[in-house]
Amino acid sequence: MNQGRCECGDKPQGDSTQATEQSARVTGTLNTTITWRDVLGGWGVRWGFRRMRYLIAPGLYRIGQPDSNSPVLVTANYKLTVDAVRRSLIGLNVWMLVLDTKGVNVWCAAGKGTFGTKELVRRIEVTNLANFVQHRRLVLPQLGAVGVAAHDVKNATGFFVHYGPVRAADISAYLAAGMRATPAMRRVTFDWKDRLTVAPMEIAGAFKPTLIIIATLALVDIIRHHRVTSHLAIDVAPFLAAVLTGGLLVPLLLPWLPSRSFALKGAVTGLLLAALLLLFLPMRIAEGAGTILLVLAITTYMAMVFTGATTFTSLAGVRVEVRWALPLILVSAGAGAILRVAGVLI
Amino acid sequence: MRYLLNGHSLNLVPELCNGCCRCEEVCPHGVFSLVQRKAEIVNRDGCMECGACRMNCATNAISVISGVGCAQLVINSMRRKNGAGVPCECK
Repeated sequence: MNQGRCECGDKPQGDSTQATEQSARVTGTLNTTITWRDVLGGWGVRWGFRRMRYLIAPGLYRIGQPDSNSPVLVTANYKLTVDAVRRSLIGLNVWMLVLDTKGVNVWCAAGKGTFGTKELVRRIEVTNLANFVQHRRLVLPQLGAVGVAAHDVKNATGFFVHYGPVRAADISAYLAAGMRATPAMRRVTFDWKDRLTVAPMEIAGAFKPTLIIIATLALVDIIRHHRVTSHLAIDVAPFLAAVLTGGLLVPLLLPWLPSRSFALKGAVTGLLLAALLLLFLPMRIAEGAGTILLVLAITTYMAMVFTGATTFTSLAGVRVEVRWALPLILVSAGAGAILRVAGVLI
Repeated sequence: MRYLLNGHSLNLVPELCNGCCRCEEVCPHGVFSLVQRKAEIVNRDGCMECGACRMNCATNAISVISGVGCAQLVINSMRRKNGAGVPCECK
């Protein structure tokens, strides 16, 4: 690692006359305690509630009582991100430079360029960071590197970028080791806990289509019986099972499902579900065939869309997958819907 | 876990490498390793083409066609007639 090499530009630049102006530019102080409101808010956004408005004001924040030698950590202004960082800094005195990423997390914002060289350079200037610290070092989250060119930041501001660990939980160990990350700190993982954490967002995304399916089935019920019957629950069950299979089971079983293709993973799981449904739910031929085609379309589509929540899928691969799977999903869903409705009405 | 076509477009020109280590530092999948002060691709299959290495290569020794590997985003851009440039609606 070259991180110790570029220590140039470490000369103190601030002086006492700027002190009053300095303190006026600190946006605020953040504590390291997570309250029940933070926990509740975190749960909310993971289910899609107020997700795009869960943010804090960009700027320079104090954690503890930082001085001119304290490290400067850079992060995004998504509140869930800020919470993850500050809870990992208990007992430390550091500066936190929060970039304006429009309430988006570091990795996604870096992919869009909002967590990027331009915003970082601008935020360093706006907050007058050079007057608060004597050193010229920044610690960025490693995943921010997608949007930031370290050499350009150095040229524009004199600040040397150190890429810290991927996970906020490793920050204090990284700082204690003299800004050195172990190989494990540098790797992105996607274990079952990570997959379970992002799954609710997928299920929440299926909320509207599920309502449409339930409404359609209720309408069919009314046309046949002139009222909603208790049989509606049995009609709806396969589709709720399909949503849970595609949105929860596929993410959980991801490493063990066959094929690298997410659509295929979803189709295989959907076939297993279909087999179970045929065993336990009595259905007429057209009704059963329609249900199975719809279930397959749902699980395959949801599994494919889960690529967006993972940490290892490439754009080129997703393009290939969408190109062959999407037409099949649409045909399966269309044919399934016709069979399912016609099979009951005719 | 591995995915389709991973590392497909990743290319490294060793002659341009100045041994700065940035690629090894920023890669979340351990794709690069420095051998005798020159970067080498040691785990191409792990590459998700995020573009962090190219972004931080001061000598432009690395090229990769990067983007976000998200099916929803690909579908959204297919639905728009002009194709590319569709903003991601995710967090």
